[in-house]
Amino acid sequence: MPASESTALAVTEPPSSPPAPPAAGAEATVAPRTVAPRTSAPAVAVGAADAPSGAPAGAGPSRRRPEIETLRAAGGGRRRRPVPRWLRRASGPVLLLALWQLGSSTGFISAQTLTSPATVVTTAWDMIKDGSLVDGLLVSLRRVAYGLLFGGIAGLVLAVISGLFRAGEDLVDAPMQMLRTLPFLGLIPLLIIWFGIGETSKIVLVSLGVAFPIYLNTYAAIRDVDGRLVEAAGTLGLRRLELVRHVILPGALPGMLVGLRYSLGVAWLALVIAEQVNADKGLGYLMMNAREFLQTDVITVCLIVYSLLGLATDMLVRLLEKGALSWRRGFSGQ
Amino acid sequence: MATRLLRPVTGSADGEPRLSGDLQPTGDLQLTGPERAVAVTEHESSAAVEVRGLRREFGGRAVIDGLDLTVAPGEFVALLGRSGCGKSTLLRVLAGIDLDVAGAVSVPRRRAVAFQEPRLLPWKRVWRNVALGLRGEDARGRVLAALDEVGLDHRVDAWPLTLSGGEAQRAALARALVREPDLLLLDEPCASLDALTRLRMQALIADLWERHAPAVVLVTHDVDEALALADRALVMSDGVISEDVAIHAARPRRPADPEILALRAHLLELLGVPTPAAS
Ligand SMILES: Nc1ncnc2c1ncn2[C@@H]1O[C@H](COP(=O)(O)OP(=O)(O)OP(=O)(O)O)[C@@H](O)[C@H]1O
Ligand SMILES: [Mg+2]
Repeated sequence: MPASESTALAVTEPPSSPPAPPAAGAEATVAPRTVAPRTSAPAVAVGAADAPSGAPAGAGPSRRRPEIETLRAAGGGRRRRPVPRWLRRASGPVLLLALWQLGSSTGFISAQTLTSPATVVTTAWDMIKDGSLVDGLLVSLRRVAYGLLFGGIAGLVLAVISGLFRAGEDLVDAPMQMLRTLPFLGLIPLLIIWFGIGETSKIVLVSLGVAFPIYLNTYAAIRDVDGRLVEAAGTLGLRRLELVRHVILPGALPGMLVGLRYSLGVAWLALVIAEQVNADKGLGYLMMNAREFLQTDVITVCLIVYSLLGLATDMLVRLLEKGALSWRRGFSGQ
Repeated sequence: MATRLLRPVTGSADGEPRLSGDLQPTGDLQLTGPERAVAVTEHESSAAVEVRGLRREFGGRAVIDGLDLTVAPGEFVALLGRSGCGKSTLLRVLAGIDLDVAGAVSVPRRRAVAFQEPRLLPWKRVWRNVALGLRGEDARGRVLAALDEVGLDHRVDAWPLTLSGGEAQRAALARALVREPDLLLLDEPCASLDALTRLRMQALIADLWERHAPAVVLVTHDVDEALALADRALVMSDGVISEDVAIHAARPRRPADPEILALRAHLLELLGVPTPAAS
């Protein structure tokens, strides 16, 4: 259409001023009647409306000289300091570590409060050598894995039921929304009465913590799938199951992965609590043991292992997202 | 041509469970619906689209009210009308998406829709999108042929979000065509394209229509587009087809053809846009 071409013309025009002033003048005289110029000369109207951006409306025919900005190309050109991203990201934690070591070395932080990073490293090495760390780690990992499995499946199945079917929503969603408000860590006494102090009660606690974030996010994601896509796919003759498989579940996948990431955080939290309340093995047990003997170094090692585990699982999900959501063209930060 | 009856009454005769799902009896027209529907089935071979006394309400306001429409097999019909007059609503009824209507509608069983937005699934590569729901032998081969026809053979494995607007529209067109429909429903397929791409897209539609010869209902706001492509231009207003203008000019159409120019002025006038040339 001529309108689009003339818009482009009008935008490129301002630097060369000669033909412009009459346009601005014309606009100024016509200004009170707002809509009128449209039919007569769209190019002029658009150009004049664009030019005095920022200037008050009836400022007069004099054209403001635009401020010129030179845009720097983001890629391709030679950058001055090609510091790799991972190095830049590592600088914060390294600085923190250095400060901690400095505080310990100067005696500002007493060993009873928090041992120095150097001691932590040697303690960790000792614990690895005598096998206590690996044993505890494996026990804890196993609990989280089972909890994720059971809780994840439960959350997913319930979310699919209430996401896909109205009847399912009526049946499942209301109880889930009610239970969700329950602080699940408060269930520990009850779980111990029901399942004893063995593995079961811990796995159940982790499962409970995992199920809700998965359920809530998946359910919301299913309901958030673009109805127009579902409609279009419907006209292509997809059967109901195919619709779920090709349209609804892939559409809900980003939300599901958010739920998975969130639930991983909750899983570790639930595990720490469960293992500290009662346990005879696992990382939490190591920590409780160390407390008896005021071994802040062991406690610190366990804490660091916990956070490394959290970090690792988070990275795993990120990797999963990168693979599964490669079709996305989202905003990736500046 | 297998013509199927879409009847907005419960207990549909054609045994298609999807149809009897969301139906809602509306108004007194619903009473006459079945009788008219039976009358329509008798003519099923003669027309691709047969609509009688169609009525569609949104919250008590009838957007389509007593609409009749007949489209012959292989006929190209353009549907014009003011924004909000119910063109897309009619198209959705013809597509079988919207069954919450009264009246009788019969359409071919094989029908395909290209919506105003491409509506490609962003998580499936282009060819997978085109192949969606396609059954039978050598689906991929047919898909590649369709993509080739719309000039997208080089973007077969691309993600939809990386396509340009025109490419996405063409992919959507390929997705409709690969089904070899007897009725092709196009809702402003060129509206969001630039002037040049639009001309190319129109040429493509004309070409594909000539080769595959489906009946086409094309919704458009562009009188020139209607004149370039259609056998008939319909103007919709007040819930019915208010004008029916046959376009006999030979193809390929030239905009400067005096016959086309006269029709253009006439159509613009019908649409309420008086032109200097219309005197
Ligand atoms: N789901 C809906 N609920 C309520 N009103 C609706 C719904 N869909 C359409 N309408 C109304 O029906 C009328 C016709 O809509 P429709 O989309 O068919 O218009 P149209 O002729 O296609 O317009 P355009 O040219 O702008 O696309 C409009 O007034 C619209 O607001
Ligand atoms: Mg529309």
